[in-house]
Amino acid sequence: MAFEFRSTTLFPSPIGAVVQLYKGFFDTGILTSALFTSLFRIALGFILALIIGTILGIILARSKFADETLGSLVIALQSVPSIVWLPIALLIFQGGGTAIIFIIVLGGTWSMTMNMRMGLKNVSPLYLQAAKTMGYKGSELVWKVMIPASIPSALTGARLAWAFGWRALMAGELLGTGGLGRTLMDAKDFYNMDLVVAIIIIIATTGLIIEYLVFNKIENRVLARWGYAK
Amino acid sequence: MAGIQIENVRKTFENKKEKKSHTVFENLNLHISSGEFVSLLGPSGCGKSTLLNIVAGLEQATEGTVKVDGKKIDSPGTDRGVVFQEAALMPWMTVLDNVIFALKKKMRKEEAKKRAVEFLKLVHLSKFIDSYPHELSGGMKQRVAIARAFAMDPAILLMDEPFGALDEQTRSNLHKEVQYIWATSRKTVLFVTHNIRESILLSDRIILMGTRPGGIIGEFKVDLPRPRKQASAEFIALEEKIMGQLAGEIEKVMREEMGDDYNSQKASLLYSSNRDMGGHI
Ligand SMILES: Nc1ncnc2c1ncn2[C@@H]1O[C@H](COP(=O)(O)OP(=O)(O)OP(=O)(O)O)[C@@H](O)[C@H]1O
Ligand SMILES: [Mg+2]
Repeated sequence: MAFEFRSTTLFPSPIGAVVQLYKGFFDTGILTSALFTSLFRIALGFILALIIGTILGIILARSKFADETLGSLVIALQSVPSIVWLPIALLIFQGGGTAIIFIIVLGGTWSMTMNMRMGLKNVSPLYLQAAKTMGYKGSELVWKVMIPASIPSALTGARLAWAFGWRALMAGELLGTGGLGRTLMDAKDFYNMDLVVAIIIIIATTGLIIEYLVFNKIENRVLARWGYAK
Repeated sequence: MAGIQIENVRKTFENKKEKKSHTVFENLNLHISSGEFVSLLGPSGCGKSTLLNIVAGLEQATEGTVKVDGKKIDSPGTDRGVVFQEAALMPWMTVLDNVIFALKKKMRKEEAKKRAVEFLKLVHLSKFIDSYPHELSGGMKQRVAIARAFAMDPAILLMDEPFGALDEQTRSNLHKEVQYIWATSRKTVLFVTHNIRESILLSDRIILMGTRPGGIIGEFKVDLPRPRKQASAEFIALEEKIMGQLAGEIEKVMREEMGDDYNSQKASLLYSSNRDMGGHI
């Protein structure tokens, strides 16, 4: 296994990087498995951040008391780069994988929370009034009107959660175990700069695909439908 | 079916920050019979929307009571449908789903769908039932809102300047549609408008409201046969009469709001050929 990381030159070349990409995906499979490890982690962390952020956002938007206490805590936590929690996470979770997912969740949750809260607070009173005259009240107004109405804002939160989560994942893996980040550090330790570049290419490509193909597409469609012309 | 009794109503808005309070109207009394079409006409800020919202149950009267058939109103209910100035359609639902959403509290899904389709047909939107609100023009959205309110089959229909933002042509078409639906369903209607002609065209009775002190300043019965002709002598005579009584009220509001600019605009307002007072009051 270690042999794969070895390379003859310290300076990366484009051709070398392509060769490494080919070998990593179709020959040894180290890049395939590293990519899947990373994607699994970001997917899990991202989904958890969305769920927790949405719930916290709803609580902050609905309860004045929670907003005044928890709210300022969330703002404080939002300004802390989530990677600084890694040492504590490693202690708590023993296993490096769980600690990294924890970092992703911490990275993404706060922006999801704040955007969800904003979205719910800014729901046009017109929608609520209209729904009330149709006989809707209480928690039904939350589920059937307020939450759907705040989807554009939630989407902004999700995009930010993804961006923070993705960066937290890479930072976490560089210091922790498994995934693209760890493989990149291993390649560096074996002076295989072609492989380092190959991994950077994978990271950039994945980021581009998710941000521009997935989020942009969904966002354009949602913003148009919700009446925010873009 | 359902008459509205507004008795000794006062509405005061409290401004807690500046410790000021503003009484929009007080001692306001108005009885609307079942099946009657009543328009509220008056300068901007006189409290037309406020009164309509109190009847809708969306706002509370500070003093006095509003009753529907003798029963006190304090919250919104499906017996009172509202058409807002903006269409207030849910953007995440199709046209059809918007109408179904309003019916779900009252009937089963299939029944609601059938009824929604039927009422959208009535406002000539059959082709657009699967469109989203953002794909419709302003007039089309307002038609959906009207179809939605009528499909709910409320005994009372409250409309707050439903055609305010529309062009003459669309507005005229919607007048026909509203008259047709009202004539066949005989609902009690409270209709807020800025437009004298519109109020004469549609209502049985026109209530004039004023400001400072706020409240009802006049009342006109419209005893013209329907469909009404805007060019008829009686129509124009009534229009002149209402205009005359409103002019003083508008002058008061304009003087307060515009100060010195007022005199220069006075002539063009009072003698404009189109008596739609649109943005002026
Ligand atoms: N939520 C509120 N808080 C404080 N004041 C209010 C509030 N809503 C309305 N007002 C005041 O009450 C008065 C009447 O408002 P309202 O919206 O009923 O007027 P209107 O007759 O419908 O005017 P327009 O024709 O412009 O729609 C206005 O002076 C307005 O400033
Ligand atoms: Mg109004």
